[in-house]
Amino acid sequence: MSVPSPIPGPAEPSTPTSLPSATLPEQPQPTLTELFIAFATISLSGFGGVLAWSRRMLVEERKWLTAEQFNETYALCSFLPGGNILNFSVIFGARFRGVGGSIAAAGGLMGPPLLLVLIIAGIYAHYGDLPLLRRALTGVASAAAGLMAATVAKMARPLFRNRAVIGPLIAFVTFAAIGVMRWPLPLVLAVIVPASIAAAMVRR
Amino acid sequence: MNSGGGGTLLTLAGFFGVLSLFAIGGGNSAVPEMYRFAVDVQHWLSDRQFADSFALAQLTPGPNIIIVTLIGFHVAGVLGALVATLAMCGPPAVFAYFVGGASDRFKGKTWHAVLSRALVPVTIGLIAASAAVVTSTAGYNWMSLAITVGTALMAYFVRVHPLWLFAAAAVIGMSGLL
Repeated sequence: MSVPSPIPGPAEPSTPTSLPSATLPEQPQPTLTELFIAFATISLSGFGGVLAWSRRMLVEERKWLTAEQFNETYALCSFLPGGNILNFSVIFGARFRGVGGSIAAAGGLMGPPLLLVLIIAGIYAHYGDLPLLRRALTGVASAAAGLMAATVAKMARPLFRNRAVIGPLIAFVTFAAIGVMRWPLPLVLAVIVPASIAAAMVRR
Repeated sequence: MNSGGGGTLLTLAGFFGVLSLFAIGGGNSAVPEMYRFAVDVQHWLSDRQFADSFALAQLTPGPNIIIVTLIGFHVAGVLGALVATLAMCGPPAVFAYFVGGASDRFKGKTWHAVLSRALVPVTIGLIAASAAVVTSTAGYNWMSLAITVGTALMAYFVRVHPLWLFAAAAVIGMSGLL
């Protein structure tokens, strides 16, 4: 793989040809302010996962992306390290407005929840010891663990197709190393990711 | 809240900066590593404070990665919150910027499919580990387990907004059954 040059094209929004998967002429081009507001809205609407909201906003309401473009970009983001939606905002912003677009979109995504959570942290610092609040938070944490378990179950279903062994095995070893043995994440990934990639290439 | 000297801020930035590049599959898959470092290694937070931060992050709209902001706030106040958040978001953002520009040229190549097949099982294992770590924190009892199992079943079999599940869990918690 050759070294990628930074964002070919999209820094100049007047060249829609830089989006090969067809930026249709009628697709509107968001400004920096519109990018910020759109991602701030997505962020503040998104409890427990912002995927559905981002799709609704970007594809259905604003029509800045086609459904195919959305899927392709999102698939790419899920391979990249860090939060999927953060990566999405960076790549999406860059396609229309270059570095400034990335900053506007990511700033819209992270800024409002950051302010909100700081207010919540201040309240918690004062009232965190109240038994009522403590019990409510324990309930929420328990529910969130259940949500993650459901996500795992949904994601794992395709793994068991065709009597595959490697995929479930890799998932289980990762779980045991991190969740049971509590080994450091970078060490575990340094071993398991190359092994998993090798296994995936063999199966091809 | 600890007093946050420059050394503490550097440790925050270094830890989350490195962790950010290992967070495959988003914020929730990095929860065990945050727990290991912030509670077990650095003693920045108590076990209980970490569990509470996790719950508060889930209750805040926006990306779940916002738990990093809360950990930073515990360690070094508002400055710590900003340093931790920037460290967790900056490196992946720069990475995404460069890869995103290149991706159009590599689209449809087989490495895309290979990476997907390789990373999805790892992500599944990481999220499962996060659930395990959260359920092993202090204050987690048989009633919490009932909430976890009930929420998992609801989320898996019924299409229901997570906020309703959180609200129900908070009310059950407050009712004193926990």
